[in-house]
Amino acid sequence: MTRDYPDTVAGPYEPPPRTFTDRADRELTVRVYGEGPGDDLEALVEMYEGYDPEDRAQGIPPAGEERIRSWLDTITDDDCYNVVAWHDDWPAGHATLVPDRGGAYELAIFVDSDYQNAGIGTQLIEGLLGHGHDIGIERVWLTVERWNEPAISLYHKVGFERTGDGSFELEMTARLREE
Amino acid sequence: MKVLLGVGGSDDSLRALERAVERAREAGDELTVAVLDNPESAAAVDDVEERVRDTLAAADVDAAVRRLEGDPGSRLVDVAEREGFDRIVLGGGETSPLGKIQLGSIAEFVVLNASVSVTLVR
Repeated sequence: MTRDYPDTVAGPYEPPPRTFTDRADRELTVRVYGEGPGDDLEALVEMYEGYDPEDRAQGIPPAGEERIRSWLDTITDDDCYNVVAWHDDWPAGHATLVPDRGGAYELAIFVDSDYQNAGIGTQLIEGLLGHGHDIGIERVWLTVERWNEPAISLYHKVGFERTGDGSFELEMTARLREE
Repeated sequence: MKVLLGVGGSDDSLRALERAVERAREAGDELTVAVLDNPESAAAVDDVEERVRDTLAAADVDAAVRRLEGDPGSRLVDVAEREGFDRIVLGGGETSPLGKIQLGSIAEFVVLNASVSVTLVR
């Protein structure tokens, strides 16, 4: 699948660890997956088991522990890049980059319902893009439901541009490095 | 039930083929398989038709096989409504690298336009 990417490079963004205070006055730290305060995988399984079904998009995160574990297995494989926003030992949010077959990466972010609308999504995505840039990733894309205006404006703010339109979802791309 | 199955050669359409044929054998559906020219699929129409006939023969299911020329989504809806089909069956989309469901353009059109029931096979 061919996609258009912006000429302008997004960022630069500071890679993790990134410590910040959210709009509800909580102190959080975005860390690379595997560098959390405990077992990152088990913490994410617990977070996704309690994830609000209304916040699911295009079938993810899946429901039920078995499907959650199988999905997390896929997206935390060695060729994938993940960051987690920690509030003490609770994962308030998670963002991931998963390679496609064309050398680019698909991006998604998830914020636990108690932590939404507090600026955590911006910190997560900037941390992930900073991490991705450091690793050498050039091109990143995502799809988003077309009615999800808050997400679309967040993606736009950090450097994504709209490229494709389906009926239900639209596609956005960003460049992290010059070609 | 009179079922119209659309197959264009994408992976999800081949999965729909397997399941619809299996169900037709168990439930006795009156199955028609429409071979579509899906611009999003690399498979040649002749190869898709051969795959359809092989699958039907292997399952020992008797079904009409026909080609629909032109825009696949609108042709499926048109045939289903004119010829009194109860249901259109289609592949329910591919998944992206990180597991998001991505509906194909044919399924999108059919879901939004068909007045008969639609089954998307996952």
